[in-house]
Amino acid sequence: MATDEKPPRTARTRLAVAGARSSTESVFGARGRGDRLGNRFFLAFLLLGMAMAITGLAAMIIWAIIEGSPRLSMDLITNGPSTLAPETAGYRPAILGSIYVIGGVIALIVPLGVGAAVYLEEFADKTRWWNRLIELNIQNLAGVPSIVFGILGLAFIVRSPLSLGAVPAAGAVTIALLVLPTVIIAAREAIRAVPPSIREGSLALGATQWQTIYRQVLPAAMSGILTGVILAVARAIGEAAPLLLVGAVTFVTSDPSFFGPGFTTLPTQIFDWARRPQEEFQVLAAAGVLIMLALVLVMNSFAVWLRNRFEQKW
Amino acid sequence: MTNNLTQEITRTPPRSAGDDIKEASGVYDQTDISVRPEEFRQRGPAEHREKTFELRNVSVSYGGNRAVHDVSMDIFHKNITALIGPSGCGKSTLLRSLNRMNDLVPSAKVEGSLLYHGADIYGPKVDPVQVRKVIGMVFQKPNPFPKSIYDNVAFGPRTTGIKGDMDDIVEEALRRAGLWDEVKDRLDDNAYGMSGGQQQRLCIARCIAVEPDVILMDEPCSALDPISTARIEDLMLELKERYSIVIVTHNMQQAARVSDMTAFLMVELTADEKSRWGELIEYDDTSKIFTNPGDSRTEDYISGRVG
Ligand SMILES: Nc1ncnc2c1ncn2[C@@H]1O[C@H](COP(=O)(O)OP(=O)(O)OP(=O)(O)O)[C@@H](O)[C@H]1O
Ligand SMILES: [Mg+2]
Repeated sequence: MATDEKPPRTARTRLAVAGARSSTESVFGARGRGDRLGNRFFLAFLLLGMAMAITGLAAMIIWAIIEGSPRLSMDLITNGPSTLAPETAGYRPAILGSIYVIGGVIALIVPLGVGAAVYLEEFADKTRWWNRLIELNIQNLAGVPSIVFGILGLAFIVRSPLSLGAVPAAGAVTIALLVLPTVIIAAREAIRAVPPSIREGSLALGATQWQTIYRQVLPAAMSGILTGVILAVARAIGEAAPLLLVGAVTFVTSDPSFFGPGFTTLPTQIFDWARRPQEEFQVLAAAGVLIMLALVLVMNSFAVWLRNRFEQKW
Repeated sequence: MTNNLTQEITRTPPRSAGDDIKEASGVYDQTDISVRPEEFRQRGPAEHREKTFELRNVSVSYGGNRAVHDVSMDIFHKNITALIGPSGCGKSTLLRSLNRMNDLVPSAKVEGSLLYHGADIYGPKVDPVQVRKVIGMVFQKPNPFPKSIYDNVAFGPRTTGIKGDMDDIVEEALRRAGLWDEVKDRLDDNAYGMSGGQQQRLCIARCIAVEPDVILMDEPCSALDPISTARIEDLMLELKERYSIVIVTHNMQQAARVSDMTAFLMVELTADEKSRWGELIEYDDTSKIFTNPGDSRTEDYISGRVG
């Protein structure tokens, strides 16, 4: 059953109370210039933080548009890469490779992540040491650098025991392992946020624990779970390093297949173009960034739309 | 009256889920199965009434701390039985042990024997899920599911596999809960858009949609205004024609108004004065408890001198 974890909530509550109190006091009190200056400074600080985040994003998008605009055409999507004719070269195999890898990642992380979260929240007896060990491990895994997962993928997935070879499937498994902790943590958070009274109400009607989880808890937690999946997928799309290790080659001209060797993905392809000195390849790389942004945007909009359909309010 | 009676007899076939429990715990043959619940006596002196629950020396503890100690009482068929007593005396604990909701608290342990129509509901082969199908529960705080009004009511029948036209089942349950006229035009709206009193009646509708035999109610009106409370009390008196009801309440007038039997529990110090637990002080006809209680502590409590 869901236990309420007090610390984050109380900290947040305290922050909210402090914020509410200080704003009330600033309205009512002639509490001296010091306070008012402090408030101004704090507000300025918040605005600065927000401005930096937005400027960074805007600068990148504007740069990519200016730099990549000469190459924005259907060629970019339909053509394969070419070093001989960079002015018509495109990202077709890379886009397909990315879609294969991301598709595989989603197919793996949703059932595994939700399954693990359901086990930890609804079934695991927290007084048992092995369950606490699993929890601790998941927390720590979320902080392991991605290159380590690349090595793991190379050693265990590309080579024996899984022996998949350097194929998109191996990349998908590797990236899935990398982002799984994020999904598990987010899904646990979402499941824990479902009020225990919902579970009690369902069980009191004679529903089994499984029916309660499947038909009450998971639908109610769906929007939170999807948020976790969105974050994980956004990270997975951009990963290049572990994919390079598990065999995403930087230059592939033919369409990939899920279990066939020789694939590339958008970030690895962009990396390949960007490190070439010639001007044409720089332009191509910038255009690739735009494709990647568009892909992320499309996938996220779909996920957000899906999440809003499941949005719950208590 | 005769009309009512024939209706009674033809109405419910033997309660299948209840029979499951009996078979599972192997007591089926010990009980007189020729007596159907419809024919159970529900009026007259207590010793002649049919028993729904028989509690014998029931104690409940949470991880070694005893919350309820040594309760023995009979709860009668198609009666409203009220549990009253000061906060912390174990009313909710006792109530939740009647349909095995206490199983959800891993540290909770029930001792003694708790028979439902003669069958031990804590018997080794009894599935708590089956118990809860027959013995439903309404909680203190209305807890509708975050779904439409229709789906709230339909959830129980769907999961427990009750056959029949779902629209009819939903309408019937909402009618019996006195909610149909208020919600019939907005069955697809989210249940969270209803008032608290409506939500609580929805929870009652949800509970009767699975056709239980007993309804347990834990302070069902404590969050409601007097008008909603009165509606739910009327509803209880109607439901009593078909179900046995056990209700926990802090409202003396409510207990006096609706219940047939009243049990008074109180927190007692153990002999060595080290720990405290709830004990059953007095259990009798409501009229007797409220006019001529046998124990001075009961009198003090209901007259507002303690607790
Ligand atoms: N889940 C639990 N874990 C441990 N102890 C519990 C739990 N639930 C109740 N208790 C303890 O059991 C005792 C009886 O509690 P219970 O909730 O049954 O009282 P109550 O009579 O319903 O009180 P109230 O009128 O305030 O609802 C209390 O001492 C309480 O601390
Ligand atoms: Mg209580």
